Amino acid sequence: MTALALTTAEEAVAHVTSGDTVMVGGFGLVGAPLALIDALVEHSDATDLTIVSNNIGEPGRGLGKLLRQGRIRRGISSYFTSNPEAVDAVNAGEMEATLLPQGTFAEAIRAGGAGVGGFFTPVGAGTLLAEGKEERVLEGVTHVLEMPLHADVALVYAARADRLGNLWYRHTARNFNPLMATAARVTVAEAGEVLEVGELEPEAIHTPHLYVDVLVERP
Amino acid sequence: MRDDPRLRIAARAARELHPGEVVNLGIGIPNLIPRFLEDDSGIFVHTENGLLGVGPPPDGDELDEDLIDAAKRPITALPGAAYFDSAQSFAMIRGGHVDTAVLGALQVGERGDIANWAVPGKDVLGVGGAMDLVVGARRVIVTMTATSSSGEPKIVDRCSFPLTAAAAVDTVVTELLDGATVDDVAAVTTARFAVDDAVTLRA
Repeated sequence: MTALALTTAEEAVAHVTSGDTVMVGGFGLVGAPLALIDALVEHSDATDLTIVSNNIGEPGRGLGKLLRQGRIRRGISSYFTSNPEAVDAVNAGEMEATLLPQGTFAEAIRAGGAGVGGFFTPVGAGTLLAEGKEERVLEGVTHVLEMPLHADVALVYAARADRLGNLWYRHTARNFNPLMATAARVTVAEAGEVLEVGELEPEAIHTPHLYVDVLVERP
Repeated sequence: MRDDPRLRIAARAARELHPGEVVNLGIGIPNLIPRFLEDDSGIFVHTENGLLGVGPPPDGDELDEDLIDAAKRPITALPGAAYFDSAQSFAMIRGGHVDTAVLGALQVGERGDIANWAVPGKDVLGVGGAMDLVVGARRVIVTMTATSSSGEPKIVDRCSFPLTAAAAVDTVVTELLDGATVDDVAAVTTARFAVDDAVTLRA
């Protein structure tokens, strides 16, 4: 049993390098790893990033700061519209956008973490969002083939962690965080509170520690 | 309140919901429905960002920054509420475990097609959970005014806006309620329709 060395947000974001795909948890700003995002904005030069996140922050907040720095080459999201500056960036050709239905977005991340090579869903069939995707009729219903999502680095937020990296999320701040923690080569967790090993009830652990590589306590 | 068509629509849509149902309420008119439900309605409200058992908005001292609905508004959680991640939330929706979705629309076609996420010529960059909900929920109720702000019919023979899903809508509730005539309805739609036998026609 090896406890993770607690590190700073500044050190943790050194795992992100230019050209990486980075998953970032949160529904809007709720459950977003705000200290890690700020560290990425202030202490990293990594650019040309692909960001996988339900939203691209809000104007000047969360991932909206990274957007203003022009460091996001491509966004994969279900709802760019919550940040009008993200919409402007796409319309100006400064950022590529891949839009997915929110359930497909979540399931694609889950599939990425679970070793599933793709899945068929009826959601989106016959719409603009199915264009260019393989369709198949299964049990009489048209389905769309969706591919898994993977990342180089996942940045997630949990209210509590233990020193092994077991994570516990609170209320609706859970959202995409436990999915993203499974789907990246390096998972960095920002925790509101870091407890000793054994202090989290085993049956209350949402993300077992094997998924977590780097642990940061929110300042 | 009876002068506000949005509230009249919400009040009427509330009567479509049954005790024990799990219901997902969209942004706009659907979010007005809870004020027309009794405290013991037995209806469970699901929000796709990860909660079954949505309660009323918080008083100031109950405000919790980790507790929002899909419209990103502060909410409370009722006794018996359950939290879950986004993949499980959409498995509930896609898997047919959410009984009813109530949501707004830009257009509904006569075969139940729905367009509610994109306007032609504008950006198509926000879909959220709309497609998942209309495909996955067992029953889809649309609440909307019968015509657009410019007077165009919204219940149409064929949707001209990008579809959210085909043949997905079960019920549409508009402001044409008690007192409206068949002619009133015909005047605001390009869809073909029949009049149910249960409807009382008055001269």
